[in-house]
Amino acid sequence: MAKSSVKLDAKIPEGPIANKWTSYKDHIDLVNPANKRNIDVIVVGTGLAGGSAAATLAELGYNVKAFCYQDSPRRAHSIAAQGGINAAKNYQGDGDSTYRLFYDTVKGGDYRSREANVYRLAEVSANIIDQCVAQGVPFARDYGGLLDNRSFGGVLVSRTFYAKGQTGQQLLLGAYSAMNRQIARGKIEMYNRHEMLDIVIVDGKARGIIARNLVTGEIERHSAHAVVIGSGGYGNVYFLSTNAMGSNVTAAWKIHKKGAYFANPCFTQIHPTCIPRSGDYQSKLTLMSESLRNDGRIWVPKKLEDAQAIREGKLKPTQLSEEDRDYYLERRYPAFGNLVPRDVASRAAKERCDAGFGVNKTGEAVYLDFKSAIERYGKEQAKIHGIQDPSQEKILELGEEVVANKYGNLFQMYEKIVDENPYKTPMMIYPATHYTMGGIWVDYNLMTTIPGCYAIGEANFSDHGANRLGASALMQGLADGYFVLPYTIGDYLSSDIRTGKISTDLPEFEEAEKSVREQLSFFVNNKGSHSVDYYHKKLGKVMWDKVGMSRNAEGLKEAMAEIKAIREDFWKNVSVPGGMDEMNPELEKASRVADFLELGELFAKDALERNESCGGHFREEYQTEDGEALRDDKNYAYVAAWEYKGEPSEAVLHKEDLEFKDIELKTRSYK
Amino acid sequence: MDLKLKVWRQKNAEDKGGLVEYQLNDIEGHMSFLEMMDILNEQLISEGQEPVSFDHDCREGICGACSMHINGEPHGPDAGTTTCQLHMRKFNDGDTIFIEPFRAKAFPVIKDLVVDRSAFDRIQHAGGYISVNTSGNTQDANSIPVPKVNADKAFDAATCIGCGACVAACKNASAMLFVSAKVSQFALLPQGEVEAKDRALNMVKQMDAEGFGNCTNTGACEAECPKGISLENIARLNREYLSASVTTDH
Amino acid sequence: MSWLTKTLSSSIGKKVLMAITGLFLCSFLIIHLMGNLQLFKDDGGYAFNTYTVFMTTNPLIKTVSYVLYFSILFHAVWGIYLEYQNKKARPQGYAMSKNQGSLASRNMAILGTIIFVYIAVHLGDFWYEYKFGHLPYVTYTESLSTGEVTAIETLPDSYTQEVKMLETFNEAEGTKSITVKDLYVEAEEAFSKPLLVIFYVISMVVLGFHLLHGFQSGFQTLGLNHPKYNPLIKKVGIWVFAILIPFAFAVIPVYFLIK
Repeated sequence: MAKSSVKLDAKIPEGPIANKWTSYKDHIDLVNPANKRNIDVIVVGTGLAGGSAAATLAELGYNVKAFCYQDSPRRAHSIAAQGGINAAKNYQGDGDSTYRLFYDTVKGGDYRSREANVYRLAEVSANIIDQCVAQGVPFARDYGGLLDNRSFGGVLVSRTFYAKGQTGQQLLLGAYSAMNRQIARGKIEMYNRHEMLDIVIVDGKARGIIARNLVTGEIERHSAHAVVIGSGGYGNVYFLSTNAMGSNVTAAWKIHKKGAYFANPCFTQIHPTCIPRSGDYQSKLTLMSESLRNDGRIWVPKKLEDAQAIREGKLKPTQLSEEDRDYYLERRYPAFGNLVPRDVASRAAKERCDAGFGVNKTGEAVYLDFKSAIERYGKEQAKIHGIQDPSQEKILELGEEVVANKYGNLFQMYEKIVDENPYKTPMMIYPATHYTMGGIWVDYNLMTTIPGCYAIGEANFSDHGANRLGASALMQGLADGYFVLPYTIGDYLSSDIRTGKISTDLPEFEEAEKSVREQLSFFVNNKGSHSVDYYHKKLGKVMWDKVGMSRNAEGLKEAMAEIKAIREDFWKNVSVPGGMDEMNPELEKASRVADFLELGELFAKDALERNESCGGHFREEYQTEDGEALRDDKNYAYVAAWEYKGEPSEAVLHKEDLEFKDIELKTRSYK
Repeated sequence: MDLKLKVWRQKNAEDKGGLVEYQLNDIEGHMSFLEMMDILNEQLISEGQEPVSFDHDCREGICGACSMHINGEPHGPDAGTTTCQLHMRKFNDGDTIFIEPFRAKAFPVIKDLVVDRSAFDRIQHAGGYISVNTSGNTQDANSIPVPKVNADKAFDAATCIGCGACVAACKNASAMLFVSAKVSQFALLPQGEVEAKDRALNMVKQMDAEGFGNCTNTGACEAECPKGISLENIARLNREYLSASVTTDH
Repeated sequence: MSWLTKTLSSSIGKKVLMAITGLFLCSFLIIHLMGNLQLFKDDGGYAFNTYTVFMTTNPLIKTVSYVLYFSILFHAVWGIYLEYQNKKARPQGYAMSKNQGSLASRNMAILGTIIFVYIAVHLGDFWYEYKFGHLPYVTYTESLSTGEVTAIETLPDSYTQEVKMLETFNEAEGTKSITVKDLYVEAEEAFSKPLLVIFYVISMVVLGFHLLHGFQSGFQTLGLNHPKYNPLIKKVGIWVFAILIPFAFAVIPVYFLIK
């Protein structure tokens, strides 16, 4: 068991929570415009967090170098976010406020997030919408020309702004357009198809990175006065996830190895509504937006024999009468029904499937049914159009039209993948790894434990506690990048105005480059017998089986040992075709999987250490009689920040105690 | 099903390249096209050969990274679909599948099926934005109502994922559908209207400089666009460009 | 570069030049067809031959015809140049290509080239013959009171006159005599050759295909695309320009052949 040592200082400003951010901004040091021109900042990752930060820092006058592994910043995985972005605008007049968004987020996160950060997030959320509209983001509007909202899980108000099922794409294109403006001005130097492979620390401060040009294979040194990591989450540690194929932990893990603490790695979100897997060849899982739960009802058969018959193809779901269906979320959580938070919905699905009620071949799927929504909308439309005594067909036709308008692209995507028409037969869904609440530990300034190195967006741990509410990831990414980091980084850089350009000839750069080269050359020269994917899939299986939706101490110990064994085998027997000095996707994968193999073990260790159930972290030993998560606020109301000490199993735990002054700690209830 | 693949292999930009034939057996209909490519690559690695390089990332049809020209069509035979969302059930046992990179002078091949689409980025640097600072001091989002019909049209244009299928499908390798989608999105919104003229002029100028062909309105782009971007946008760009040319001071 | 040359040398500007000249040529087709319909009048070519004189002497029409010659040449040369440029935009082609887009739209340059050859032959047959060849003259005698043509007399080959149309009045008989070149008989002669008729008919089919895409494409290029009016433009393009006009033109040689 790791020893816990120094208490971490989160540098939370003094004063009442509603004034902290304002008074912080009033008192920080600023850099004057002339001096900003002499300061370089590196931003790794160009998703909502990285992209918005790069654009804003460049606008302020800093020289920004932005890096992404994709061929264009516009392809970062924020683009795949579907449902929406939360903001406490209260345009619907349904009682929303900054405090309520703050409260919902802390409660939704099962009281494992830092109050001050979350309040700041809620505070700037409204501004994000203003900003995005000004940038030309085409949010959905109603007939009066004003912005429309929808509801998401875990809340009782409608505060989610959306652009059909492509909100992430539209927001990212907004950030990308802001970047374009700065690239055109020469304030952002864009490095597409580049991957950061190490951070360079000079005199204790982050001063640059080593990056590989993925087209030529060239290893490059880039210096700066500060380094910002916005490289996203590590969900691909499970191999199968809704993340992009290239999403990786490498940038975050490299800074962890150089001194940045890694916080709460076991807090991972398993999203309840994904398309179930169909076979071993599967390369990734596809999300069906949470917004579908606005209108879809989740159920499994009530009787085991019906479930059995459905699995064998002898029975169709549409043949089952209402009495034979178990709408288990509505049954267990009458107050929130199908709109319970994600962790609750996912576990409930797993519980039913484990009990034998799963509805596809693998037994790992539940139904998401739109029939009653289609009927409800159909009747409403018939009334609007003045149709007397409409036939059942007419009702369904009208209703399907409404549903198609709301979710058309998602239904189409489902049909392409599964080859079934979701308007006629219920969708099959199952939980899948989606988002990681854990990440690099940062203080209130979003600075990691390496001075001058910042982590923003999903890459950091800060705002979502043990479970993230729907439509909050986009909010956090943009809040960090547009509104928080640009202030906090200035405070740090104000002491760097006399430093001058950082030379890339320093021995620290030389050394970092050397170790990067050594690792890459090991891979291309190791004539092993297994492909990188072979190891990645093995790791993923252990993670899903033993560190997945529910965990227990014994399984976690086994997982740690197994992951270690896979890692050792990997370093002996991995085979990477091709060379270093060319485009080599297998080599890219090898570097990423090497890091996942270390992270996976720390992940299991963190889960083992946290002897409670909270949010996405469910320990079988800690549950109530009716199977709900049992939190232990007395002993575990802290952030577990891990310090790297060589082997992941030897990582040292540092605790940041969480204080709840503005919200009462309560058992989360959605009943 | 068993398939015969004819895949374009090209070591690097300078290499001449050519089609190489591979046999692939036991492919299931539920696999996506890229999962089929994964299996081919696993097979190649196990035979000690270099796997086929291809662009891909999100595999859910939204990032726009995947880019293959499959059996004569960008993103293959299924309409309204990217390569990553194309499923093998669209093919039959014994089929021969041609897999080539997107071809255009402005999209040079980097390796195998990977092409360089940075020309699209450069076009957007030339004006694909609204010049508003991200300071957070903008006016309230609801202070300018936008007619729903315009907001919806702007959204439809904005669904472009920048994959380049329009260029690949066009017999002239023209980028007009892409550029028109970008220009339209902003031109249709009051926020974007302010700079609409310069934006149209500058983006078209950059498009021409990149070496794309001229639009001859064949409509192949619209037919192959995985997101169904409409030709209406091209007419709008023509309109915007011409009126900007005639009415600006410069 | 002035703003105009800058605009016209952009890819959109270049296409606008094609659209404007193309649509102008479309409008010419209507005029030309209306004139040609005179050939169907069973009046020994009177209406047609006097119409020809009008077309070659009216100063406004003469000016427009220079614009027309220029447009034909420009549309052809510019079209070839654009096609060359477009080919350069894809130096390496596909091993396999499905070629979306209509057959016509993908082959505008080839269709256009055939039409250009046709125009050359057609001008050689009629325009050149009329202007520089040795067409016989014909005299029509018309009753001043009824306007009816009462006599047609073909003049000997050796006859020539300075003016295009010679009008003499015979007040005693109440008639008017008009002497003009007989282009009508030239048409009769030309279209008695089956091969030429086939060439004309094929050329009109080609023209139909060219216009099937060209007409509506011109509107698209000029930015004139609107959900309300598109169907009309499409219909006019198909029914009037791709079918009716080429068909009517094609009927003329066939009519003379079987007459």
